[in-house]
Amino acid sequence: MLTHEEILSRLRERFPEAVLDVPEGMIDFTIVIAPQAWHDVALFLRDELGYDFLTNVTAVDWPDRFEVVYHLYGVQAGHPLLTIKLPVTDKENPVVPSVVDVWRSADFQEREEYDLMGIRFEGHPNLKRIMMWEGYEGHPLRKDFQNRTYSYAELEPTRKATPDW
Amino acid sequence: MSVQIPPTERLRTDTIQINMGPHHPSTHGVFRMVLTLDGETVVDLEPRFGYLHRGIEKTAEERTYVQNVPFTDRLDYICGITNNWAYALALEKLAGIEVPERAEYIRVILGELTRVMNHMLAIGFLWNDLGATTFTPVVYAFRERERILDLIEMAAGSRMMPSYIRAGGVVADLPEEFMPRLQKLVPHLKRFIDEMDTMLTKNEIFRARAVGVGVLKAKDAINAGISGPVLRASGVPYDIRKVDSYSIYDRFDFEVPVHTAGDVYARYLQRLAEARQSLRIIEQAMRDIPEGPVTSLPYKQLSRLKPPKGEAYGRIESPKGELGFYLVSDGSNKPYRFRIRSTSLLNLTLLREMCIGHKVADVVTILGSIDITLGDVDR
Repeated sequence: MLTHEEILSRLRERFPEAVLDVPEGMIDFTIVIAPQAWHDVALFLRDELGYDFLTNVTAVDWPDRFEVVYHLYGVQAGHPLLTIKLPVTDKENPVVPSVVDVWRSADFQEREEYDLMGIRFEGHPNLKRIMMWEGYEGHPLRKDFQNRTYSYAELEPTRKATPDW
Repeated sequence: MSVQIPPTERLRTDTIQINMGPHHPSTHGVFRMVLTLDGETVVDLEPRFGYLHRGIEKTAEERTYVQNVPFTDRLDYICGITNNWAYALALEKLAGIEVPERAEYIRVILGELTRVMNHMLAIGFLWNDLGATTFTPVVYAFRERERILDLIEMAAGSRMMPSYIRAGGVVADLPEEFMPRLQKLVPHLKRFIDEMDTMLTKNEIFRARAVGVGVLKAKDAINAGISGPVLRASGVPYDIRKVDSYSIYDRFDFEVPVHTAGDVYARYLQRLAEARQSLRIIEQAMRDIPEGPVTSLPYKQLSRLKPPKGEAYGRIESPKGELGFYLVSDGSNKPYRFRIRSTSLLNLTLLREMCIGHKVADVVTILGSIDITLGDVDR
């Protein structure tokens, strides 16, 4: 088990530019990582620090930025929770590197965040909608999403409005 | 698509694509798999989700913290109690709420009863999917589930959608007749598990269908975020009850059973062994349960709960694996972000790899042995 200082010092030693911030007063220990360095940092976390279990991938829509959040554990090493955050300031076209090749568990979850939050994961082998149907427009989990009622014609374009019988 | 089929000299056939589901009985809900077949052999499999997507994560952002409890019942609708528990745990972590002693014991008792119920049902459905026998195991499992549901109804007033565990404790104290009934039920359930063991474990047809099918290696399982009985059946002794020792699990004497084969048969044995351990925990909790208050946060306070700005990730060992909630608060009475870390969706990550090379009938078995609930996959 590594202490918080050890994790930070090893990360800073290897990637001097990557650690943007370590917010204080958080319930869970959190490190803010620069998005462009994330793939290398992820490999380092898995192979050298022993964080082999990526449990949760999600994103939060803040007024000025998106935050992509990763929750990591070390199953074999017995590491407790480590939260990684990537700030994405470009709200029009949010892109972060995919970590599917590092942790397979990111596969469906990155697709889900792409589908519902509209964040593009660069390098994902099969980035398409997972919960909403093909051809759906918009990203429902964004805060500016307008809830509205859908007509049957929109939901099922192939279904006839009045059945033949 | 990358898998090479050994060429047979006598007969060459084209591969065909078929849809299994969304209304296939073996998918336990509405789940579709696009199978590419060479004869009867699976060459490729692509899972398709979303048929039961209800947008709970979005809906929850527009409701107060206590109004979101009933939504959690509807995730994994077999185990409502543990879903409530995971949400309550995350909220307690976020808002810094203490839970009284008695409430913790009630949570453990009902949570472990849910685990027994889920594992018995999983075994029953696995046998149902196999089709190698009659309908017997699933009906037996449902009979015992009825007895457990009676107890949950006694405590919560509802059978499947309890909304019983809330932040700060549980809704109401157990009624007087609960404990005597539970004391009778536990030895009965023990006998029932032995009965299932005797009836099914050594069955020759079952062994032929389950041993060596859908093998999952420990390293792949960890990398793919698979948790719960499926992970432990691959030889990884990772149980969140031991690792995090949340609630009061450090007070009980129980083991984490592990099987190393990682196939369908190992997952079956794993569930039997875990159900036995759960009954062991229930016996100890029954013996030690203290008197006292059952909640530290009466409904009037809970309904006006405004956690401080911040975020928390809370997880528990639900019967199917790790169930987590990630809550972000902006200081108001509604969550700013309500993320459900689904167990079943993550456990499906390696379904393709597990099925390739097996027959179509084995796909049904493998899916049954992972034990998914579509309410949890799609949310």
